[in-house]
Amino acid sequence: MTSVSLNHYLVVSGILLVIGVFGIFLNRKNVIIILMSIELILLAVNLNLVAFSAALNDLTGQVMAMFVLTVAAAEAAIGLAIVLVYFRNRGSIQVEDVNLMKG
Amino acid sequence: MIVDFFFYLFAAVLLISATLVVSSRNPVHSVLFLILAFFNAAALFLIAGAEFLAMILVVVYVGAVAVLFLFVVMMLDIDFEQLRGGLQRYAGVGAAVGAALLVEFAVALGGWKLAPNVEQILGSPTPSDVSNTQALGRILYTDYLFLFQAAGLVLLVAMIGAIVLTLRDRKTSRHQNIGMQNARTVAETLEVLTISLGAGTTASGGFLRPKQPEPEPEEEPVHGHH
Repeated sequence: MTSVSLNHYLVVSGILLVIGVFGIFLNRKNVIIILMSIELILLAVNLNLVAFSAALNDLTGQVMAMFVLTVAAAEAAIGLAIVLVYFRNRGSIQVEDVNLMKG
Repeated sequence: MIVDFFFYLFAAVLLISATLVVSSRNPVHSVLFLILAFFNAAALFLIAGAEFLAMILVVVYVGAVAVLFLFVVMMLDIDFEQLRGGLQRYAGVGAAVGAALLVEFAVALGGWKLAPNVEQILGSPTPSDVSNTQALGRILYTDYLFLFQAAGLVLLVAMIGAIVLTLRDRKTSRHQNIGMQNARTVAETLEVLTISLGAGTTASGGFLRPKQPEPEPEEEPVHGHH
């Protein structure tokens, strides 16, 4: 960490996470925006990990941030594939219509 | 301090573009603001000294994930205006949950402190003599090898899953019929003729004579025997 303190990063990543959660509630019908909100949440997590890693001079946080990045990329790919298949079958991506497994 | 100025600049643009991601009317604009947010987060990573992760963020998120989002948003023919119905109804709930979360974070931020022996219990202390990328590589391929392999496995499963989910069996596509290939016998693909001495193949009908009607017309034996 050069001169920016750890708390600055924590505030930014906390606000970013809240924006992501707020986005999930705001766009409850649109799966694609929900996936983007999840990406924002994971970005906030990464920011936190990197900030602590820099403040404590410990590289473990950056390694973990890399794995979070990997999982986020995999999640986005699978999520978008599911959205695509669902749209092909039903012609809509409304979350409220997704009740095929309700029995 | 110039670093402080840039930190505030990038953080402000990051938060503003994140807000526009979730509140934008057009999903394509959402994706573009997501890209802007990722760029600014990469800049924040750079300020924190995590150069390799900053570059990885730009390559993976901007280059792959955001473009994937853009692709899907543009490919699906969705009436997004209809999806935005009931926005006001959910905005109140979302704001309430967000405010509660924010208050919790503020409380946590006011009360946390580092463990007193934090210098002794570091997992892998940052070496001072090598660059960030080199230091990450040193521990990634040694201490965290198992996690590294597991991440590769996660990506493999995600790739196969996405392909299996979205692959469509088109009627017009040409692909192998493995069962039919394996069921072929020598008798129906190869024919041995006995040619009398000096007569040539023309006398017995030639190589390309029409055989008895067959279901597979492409199986004509063109190579003869000399």
